[in-house]
Amino acid sequence: MDHLDALEAQSVYILREAYARIEPLAMLWSLGKDSNVMIWLARKAFFGSVPFPVMHVDTGKKFKEMYEFRDRYAEEWGLDFLREVCPPIEEIDPSLPPAARSAARKTEGLRQAIAKHELKGVIAGIRRDEQATRAKERVFSPRGEGGGWDFRDQPPEFWDQYKTDFPPGTHIRIHPLLHWTELDIWLYTQREGIPIVPLYLSKDGKRYRSLGDEDITNPVESDAASIEDIIKELRTTNTSERAGRAMDHEREDAFERLRATGYM
Amino acid sequence: MKDNGTTALTPDQLKGQALANADTDGARALHRIVIVGHVDHGKSTLIGRLLYDTDSLPPGKVEELEAVSARRGMAIEWSFVLDAFQAERDQAVTIDTTQIWFKTALRDYVIIDAPGHREFLKNMVSGAASADAAIVVVDAAEGVREQSRRHAYLLHLLGIRQVAVVVNKMDLVDFDQARFEEVSKEITEYLESIGASPMVIVPISARDGDNMAKRSWRTPWYDGPTVLSALDGFHGHPGLGAQPLRLPIQDVYKFDARRILAGRIESGGISVGDTVLFSPSNKTARVRTIEGWPEDDKPESAAAGESVGITLDEQLFVERGETVSHVGNPPKLTTVFHARLFWLGHKPLTVGSRYKLRLLTQQAEVTVESIERIVDTQTLESSAGDSVERNAVAEVTLRSRQVLCLDDYGDLPKTGRFVLIEDYDAVGGGVISMEGLPDQRQVVEVKSTNVISVEHRLTADNRATRNGHHGGVLWLTGLSGAGKSTLAMEVEQRLFAKGYQVYVLDGDNVRRGLNANLGFSPEDRTENIRRVGEAAALFADSGIICITAFISPYRVDRDRARASAPGRFHEIYVKADVETCEQRDPKGLYKKARAGEIRQFTGVSAPYEAPEAPDLVVDTATETVPESVERIIRYVEKVFVLKRGERPQA
Repeated sequence: MDHLDALEAQSVYILREAYARIEPLAMLWSLGKDSNVMIWLARKAFFGSVPFPVMHVDTGKKFKEMYEFRDRYAEEWGLDFLREVCPPIEEIDPSLPPAARSAARKTEGLRQAIAKHELKGVIAGIRRDEQATRAKERVFSPRGEGGGWDFRDQPPEFWDQYKTDFPPGTHIRIHPLLHWTELDIWLYTQREGIPIVPLYLSKDGKRYRSLGDEDITNPVESDAASIEDIIKELRTTNTSERAGRAMDHEREDAFERLRATGYM
Repeated sequence: MKDNGTTALTPDQLKGQALANADTDGARALHRIVIVGHVDHGKSTLIGRLLYDTDSLPPGKVEELEAVSARRGMAIEWSFVLDAFQAERDQAVTIDTTQIWFKTALRDYVIIDAPGHREFLKNMVSGAASADAAIVVVDAAEGVREQSRRHAYLLHLLGIRQVAVVVNKMDLVDFDQARFEEVSKEITEYLESIGASPMVIVPISARDGDNMAKRSWRTPWYDGPTVLSALDGFHGHPGLGAQPLRLPIQDVYKFDARRILAGRIESGGISVGDTVLFSPSNKTARVRTIEGWPEDDKPESAAAGESVGITLDEQLFVERGETVSHVGNPPKLTTVFHARLFWLGHKPLTVGSRYKLRLLTQQAEVTVESIERIVDTQTLESSAGDSVERNAVAEVTLRSRQVLCLDDYGDLPKTGRFVLIEDYDAVGGGVISMEGLPDQRQVVEVKSTNVISVEHRLTADNRATRNGHHGGVLWLTGLSGAGKSTLAMEVEQRLFAKGYQVYVLDGDNVRRGLNANLGFSPEDRTENIRRVGEAAALFADSGIICITAFISPYRVDRDRARASAPGRFHEIYVKADVETCEQRDPKGLYKKARAGEIRQFTGVSAPYEAPEAPDLVVDTATETVPESVERIIRYVEKVFVLKRGERPQA
């Protein structure tokens, strides 16, 4: 069993635990590299079918390439696809800096989608290596009413026995990719031949390393024009993956505050 | 508790093993290392220096550290690396576990650091439970301290079997070999006392880099590995494939024509065509396929760590919670087990409390039957008590209503541990010992097939009419020396004189004949009682009042005997406390047990489970033999004698 096999087996185990113990359940699909891997792993876990809805919480501000990708693969992969829209920006706290306000809009869209479908569990593709506050996450992470996350007092999690019992009004975020790194994602994408949005590949000396909304995501300098190039690049880089995400950098604790209120 | 502790390795073995692993691991494996030790013994310095020695620091960091350190008038202070990392990575938050990544030429590592003292155990458990190995840091001058011991104890309880020790700050003791050996002896003795042993002990100065990445000229007397080569000598998941198969079922899928049993193999391996046993249902079937996706990816076999799906050659009703094994090496079945557990709950654990137990994919309600001892993780002293406080460790006995399938932790760690849930949260975790308890599987196995029961032409009523009383079993249970045999013989004589059909089955007599092939292991004791229960039921069937006099310490065994003679089984608890029985000691057995000549003696070194709702209790510590006999006779006359008008149609 090599490193990627071990990561895959653990993620499959987590997805099966979620499916066996939490109902109703939905998987979030942001159309990015991580959530594409996550859908692929679900198909492995359930032998070809994804037995819960796959939900895109749509800001309406994604790149054209991402919408094309979504419409094609929702059909090709036979997904039970749900599109949920975010409320207009005017309804979001105007005291937030612009990028954080935009992210908060997404959080609100997610909160409404969870309420609408009365979801007990939401599967999300975050990873520990992405960002320091995500490093603190649990695999099964309980959220209060309104989606809040109490990172200072999280349940103990050991021996793969996850929290699946919780009081009414709360829900669980399930993180089957928590133990993966950015490099793992690309190695696995390459090995399995998982399709990607072409924006990740270099065009005119720039590429996107992380995909968010069109107006708050910036490309990085890169000549990596294939997955193989990306893997080579990642083995040497010292720059953080989310360097192109504006909202992380507006204030020192901006991202942590976003996460505490329910952002991915 | 039994233990599969690791053995120390020579440098050559370490090197050989590291290379073998590098080869088999294929792509670069990630190893998770937890670093523990007493405060100020140098954990942060060790981590900082490891990052430097493996070129994992960002450009300019060393110069920055030198400047910061110089301003404070000291040589370079590696622990500032960690401070800086945390400040950068975590902004203003104090977090529960940090993860720091670095790599050697051989492979990638994550260091799991678990700071924070208040919530220490909860966070350490969450962070360290998934570590592959641990480094225990001990200060050469101070030696082993409170936290060194507590951390090591918990690591061992969490199942981390690969432990390296570094004796740090050797520069403060002038690289004195004698001092190193003193500290080595101290930590080795401690680890051995809890059933562990260090794979290597390395004398280092983390600050100066001695024996970190390179051998130090200042320790010419040391020829073991450096810290880095010790890390590379750790292996990922030792020997799981060679163990017996355990595949707990997570779920059964029926998305299409296939009925797939899904789960992750915890140990051993499985192949298409294998005959497998399901526990606790005790059903068997053959593996038809191992399924995969995409469709063309159907393996012939799979091994520990893999999440698989199998189909069977026949339709068995199997559900989540069952465990698949091979027929020849199954897990144990039981409703009771001993455990060593750590307690995280805000409310203390108490005798009689009920919790939800999760063991692999099984879930059951358990009751705390007893607390044998409470271990203070500070001092490691043990004491008695009936409640376990938060962050303490204790040895307890748990009982479940439903049959559980499990293993001794010492045999198979992954299937020998469990988590307890109270309300919505995990409040404890523990490792299992079945020492002194019977495997309840062997007695439910029916080995012969084609056995068809024959209808008797004479009914029990026919016999009762002839005898004037019903047949039945008077099951006397109690400690050795409680007076079972004395009462049985006396009651037999009295009933015989009154015209009853009566016979005594006594322990020593049965063991000379029917059960001559059985010893006193938990399994043999269970089998002994099973046979006696069956024989007594035959006597009862034939219309006789059968009195048995056996300690029969396990409730589950007596329940089975009751089930063999339904409606005709009468449990009589011959009650006397251990002190009273020990004073009587009619066969001199207590004396031998106290002298250690008899292992697993009930009441002394093995449990006695008193009846929960006996039909009759005779207390031989407070009443005389004639009084007890009289009460049993009265009971018999009440329940066995045919009542007036109770004349069944023949």
